[in-house]
Amino acid sequence: MNRGRWIVWGGYALVMLAAPLIFRSSLAHTMLSQMGIAIIACLAYNMLLGQGGMLSFGHAVYSGLGAFFAIHTLNLVANGQLAVPVSLIPLVAGLFGLVFAVLLGYVTTKKAGTPFAMITLGVGELVWAMSLMFPGFFGGEGGINGNRVVGKPFIGISFGPQIQLYYLIAVYTFVCTAAMFAFTRTPLGRMLNAVRDNPERVEFVGYSTQIVRYLAFIASGFFMGISGGLAALNFEIVTSEVVSATRSGAILLFTFLGGATFFFGPIIGAVLMVFALVLLSELTLAWLLWLGLVFTFMVMYAPGGISSLVMMNLRVASFGKLEPLVPQYGALAITGLGAVLGAGAMIEMLYHLQLNEALGPTMKYLGIALDAKSAGSWLGAVAVTAVAGAAFEWLRRRFARDWDRTQEEIAAEIQRREAALA
Amino acid sequence: LDASYFLVSLLNGLSVGLLLFMLASGLTLIFSMMGVLNFAHASFYMLGAYVAYTITQAVGFWWGLVLAPPLVGVLGALFERHALRRVHKFGHVPELLITFGLSYIILELVQIIWGRQAVNFLPPESLRGPLFTIVDLPASLSFAWGPPPDECKAVAGAVCTQFPAFRAFGMAVAIGMLVAIWLLLTRTRIGLVIQAALTHPEMVESLSHNVPRVFMGVFGGGTALAALAGVIGGALRVTEPSMALAVGAVVFAVIVIGGMGSLAGAFVASVGLGIIESFAVGSDRSIADGLKALGMAVTPATFGYAVWTVKMSQVAAILPYLLLVLILIFRPKGLFGTREG
Repeated sequence: MNRGRWIVWGGYALVMLAAPLIFRSSLAHTMLSQMGIAIIACLAYNMLLGQGGMLSFGHAVYSGLGAFFAIHTLNLVANGQLAVPVSLIPLVAGLFGLVFAVLLGYVTTKKAGTPFAMITLGVGELVWAMSLMFPGFFGGEGGINGNRVVGKPFIGISFGPQIQLYYLIAVYTFVCTAAMFAFTRTPLGRMLNAVRDNPERVEFVGYSTQIVRYLAFIASGFFMGISGGLAALNFEIVTSEVVSATRSGAILLFTFLGGATFFFGPIIGAVLMVFALVLLSELTLAWLLWLGLVFTFMVMYAPGGISSLVMMNLRVASFGKLEPLVPQYGALAITGLGAVLGAGAMIEMLYHLQLNEALGPTMKYLGIALDAKSAGSWLGAVAVTAVAGAAFEWLRRRFARDWDRTQEEIAAEIQRREAALA
Repeated sequence: LDASYFLVSLLNGLSVGLLLFMLASGLTLIFSMMGVLNFAHASFYMLGAYVAYTITQAVGFWWGLVLAPPLVGVLGALFERHALRRVHKFGHVPELLITFGLSYIILELVQIIWGRQAVNFLPPESLRGPLFTIVDLPASLSFAWGPPPDECKAVAGAVCTQFPAFRAFGMAVAIGMLVAIWLLLTRTRIGLVIQAALTHPEMVESLSHNVPRVFMGVFGGGTALAALAGVIGGALRVTEPSMALAVGAVVFAVIVIGGMGSLAGAFVASVGLGIIESFAVGSDRSIADGLKALGMAVTPATFGYAVWTVKMSQVAAILPYLLLVLILIFRPKGLFGTREG
């Protein structure tokens, strides 16, 4: 193992250790715990999407069922019918995630590509509808409650305070991240990449693509289950919402935003997911619209997600060519922000007219009082959006040209270096 | 199981199935032409209902029925031209993802423009009444056009079931659409070009047809069909923001069951599903009843009691997905599919 890897993994562990000590508010601790849970889920999801090229629309099934089994295990422990330490309950959940992946994955992984996506959607709907059919196990509308403080504290750890649970989550997150990274280096992980890139050739070499997909699906289900078990411990309540298509969609969306092509991409996505779910949803009612727009533009212009953007810029920087691009980034950011704020004003005015009619037409937007019924506010918002949008598009085209030229220069530079070596 | 109940269930199932087929046909068309699974298909269905609602408020239902599908179709074509075509080179997963993103955007836009509550979108005045009534007298079974005849009140033990005119209208529209698509694809020049572009895009291109434009037209046409289904479905059921999600997953199940890319398969699967569901909804039997009839006692102590006592009417909602799983196990290419993907 080289030094760079030690630094990266050491830094990862250090960030997780230090984060709750730097951000001490209870909101921060809640969010950090959720981030750990989301990181496991997104990484596990990316075992399929990024490494296997399998687009699943129903992956919350495995984390969700894991969560239900975790909360039932917790309740059995509380009743004294079972003796499992609380810290191992996520593993129990992982095992159940694995069992269900073995069961349902057999059907799902019979296909690849688009049919695979549709089948996962169908299986997801199946499980979700069933969760409403069996209130005895799934708790119906109210869900199943639990209490993670069970038994005597062990060396002072009861998992009652959020910070203690956070460190449990952090340990799981670190170990799972390491395990999933190790998975990419196993022969199975390599075959999975091959199945993604050239399934026909894999068949000719003598492997069954179906079995490779199936095994990867099972491994992914195990880690999804662990994430679900941690979520059950964290929230102490599990409702049927955890197996819903909404949850699956969120995992897919943020894994992709973070970037499916690099191993660390989903970690960025998971952190963003918690910020979006906790903070952005407070900020505006239309947050899903913004999310959808960002996602769509990302698919169109940067299908590698944020991590690929980071890596591309690092590459440019390593050739010393990033500096001339920086002012352009600044201009793009300013005009882009202008367009977003203008469009945001219109959306907020529409929502204001719809929902807060009784409060009168005046509303606050970024500290400015806007009259949602006056033509002036609307014209202003349209003008800001149009001008900033047009400027952004003009800058973007110029930037695209410069960017392409920089890439060509880098390619030429690489060729020159290779020629010099030869 | 009496005859009138049977007839009503059959007719209801047929109407649900035909509505499903209207959606599934557009989806299948787009899929078989372009290899793109349009995840936002049900969103266009919802958009069709809302646009038709707005037009109905302004100038009446019939204009809504005529104008909403082409309007939504143009939106679909624009999306294909400016977004979908751009990611085509990245492969199938980004294509699927961009339509997934679109489904979020459409849902939110609909909520911003029309609100989060259901809107009051009704069939036109002339189609609100019953088309015919099934009169089930103790002695005989007969039909009567229009509202229930006097026998219903006069004779004791008479069961009269009305069949709404708009439901029948929706079925007629679906069948008309089926015939129109079939004629368009098999009997016209455009249809020939589309069919050829499906299997031999390069050849068609070298015969100087604009294949990307054909694809744009197919995508627009497919979304217009979804919107037409939306006009009927919205007026027949409820026009609300959750209507897309409710029907979307079922339509996907339908086209997998029927066989990916097979129009005939989609037809059989959607009508079959509609009928099975409609009979299941009306039945409150469970597996436990069946076991009892076989002489086996099922008590709360029996293992899996909750599973055995689930009523058929509760199972109706998950039937499409159960069938999907069964089909995949026993016939992976679907009912009418030609290839295993």
